[in-house]
Amino acid sequence: MSTLPLIAHRTLDAIVAWRNCTPISARQFLSEVEHVAGLLPQGRHVLNLCGDRYHFAVSLAACIVRGRVSLLPSTHTRETVRQMQRISPDVFCITDQENSGADLPTFRYPESAPSSAPNPAIPAIDCDQVIAEVFTSGSSGLPIPHTKRWGSLVKNARAEAERLGVNTAHAILGTVPPQHMYGLESTVLMPWQSGAALHAGHPFYPADICAQLAELPHPRMLVTTPFHLRTLLTDQAKLPAVDQLLSATAPLSQTLAREAEARFGAPLHEIYGCTEAGQIASRRTAADIEWQTLPNVVLGRDTKTLWAVGGHIDAPTPLIDVIEPLGDGPKWTRFLLHGRHADLVNIAGKRTSLAYLNHQLNAIPGVLDGVFLQPEHVHAEDIGRLTALVVAPSLTPAALIQALRECIDPTFLPRPLLFVDTLPRNATGKLPEQMARNLLASLQAQLTNRVLS
Amino acid sequence: MSEVNQELQNEIAGLIVSSLNLDVSPEDIQADAPLYGEGLGLDSIDILEVALVVSKRFGFQLRADNADNVKIFSSLSSLTQHIAANKTK
Repeated sequence: MSTLPLIAHRTLDAIVAWRNCTPISARQFLSEVEHVAGLLPQGRHVLNLCGDRYHFAVSLAACIVRGRVSLLPSTHTRETVRQMQRISPDVFCITDQENSGADLPTFRYPESAPSSAPNPAIPAIDCDQVIAEVFTSGSSGLPIPHTKRWGSLVKNARAEAERLGVNTAHAILGTVPPQHMYGLESTVLMPWQSGAALHAGHPFYPADICAQLAELPHPRMLVTTPFHLRTLLTDQAKLPAVDQLLSATAPLSQTLAREAEARFGAPLHEIYGCTEAGQIASRRTAADIEWQTLPNVVLGRDTKTLWAVGGHIDAPTPLIDVIEPLGDGPKWTRFLLHGRHADLVNIAGKRTSLAYLNHQLNAIPGVLDGVFLQPEHVHAEDIGRLTALVVAPSLTPAALIQALRECIDPTFLPRPLLFVDTLPRNATGKLPEQMARNLLASLQAQLTNRVLS
Repeated sequence: MSEVNQELQNEIAGLIVSSLNLDVSPEDIQADAPLYGEGLGLDSIDILEVALVVSKRFGFQLRADNADNVKIFSSLSSLTQHIAANKTK
């Protein structure tokens, strides 16, 4: 059995995290992991809902030590939680909040930390152990699990740290939740596997992000998204100096990347990845729009499909985005990303698919027909909300929105939701996108006329 | 509520509607109904957009302890009170 250590910190005095301006040593972290691991209830599957990133990290480590599997759905709506329970009936949630909001057996994160053991051992974890099931929204309405094993997660985190030059000196603050793949990889696993320290916060308002960054020693790194970066640059006249910026979830424009580099005085890298394969490539956007694969990862192609393999990616994994490999094949390490697969929806880093949304909409009692439409031509840093056309003569708009709120993330609620008598389906029952867009345009023209008259 | 705060509340309702391109008119926003989640239906993306407008118009920055802390946005009247207490312009 080959194993890899839980964390790469070299001594027990090394700093694993910063919380309330106070450093937390590897010794204390490992003691707390052991403590929480001893308290975990029965049940092999876990929904880790801790809001404090340090609590999340301790809980995750405790689960790993006890062989528990973390479930990472893309959202936590009531319907998703019910689906998690159907897939894994033994699931329980871990929370550090008064009210987790999830209708599940609940384990409350212990409030008092134990005193540190003098010499706790760094656990060695079996590379084949399943750590997490990460879910994508399947087109049939059921989430599809993707299994993440320890060896692959560690190799990915180490490759990311190597590419970005993150080491034991770094302190890392994230504006993204650790419950999603990007946040898990870049704000928990990368610090663990590079010997860096994570900040326990999850700041929301721009002023909070700046204040929490200023708490950290140099070199410090901000892990964020195009949307958060834009609001930060727009809102804050003065930004604290950082040493490294990281963005992911949607491609950033070169203009915003250059502004961010100039105003923070730090290089900005972007990471490109997907749930299926993990992180695949990075780029320093201000200087170059070409993506360079992570160490040992290459792209290959058979007749139709482009795939990634090597490094942490054990088996060739198909990539569904629109990618143009650069240079001579049959293996590539540089490419251009021209866009996401047409069915994928990405709003401020939250992802789903049109097929999933349409399935949920049409499953609501009273909905006879309905379709979601993406806005056309939206920049990564901007927010392009969805529209829905629906045939539901017996429902009020408020009742329909309430029913949708039960099953889809609020980010994807339609704005506007437009009621129609019928959808322009063709003879075979298909709804050509252009026909739906034409109908939408005529409805919007009517609305504008009504307001003007 | 004082006349001044009523005026402020109307202005804030107008800012919310215009900055988010909402499908309602400012007068339709109930003073005590939740802005976040059920009620007006704003989400965290909207809250950040409104925070930008608030800091530009009223000269102070919204702060919270963590991402879940959006209590200021629990209703139009609580947002109005918070802005009235903190605004510098």
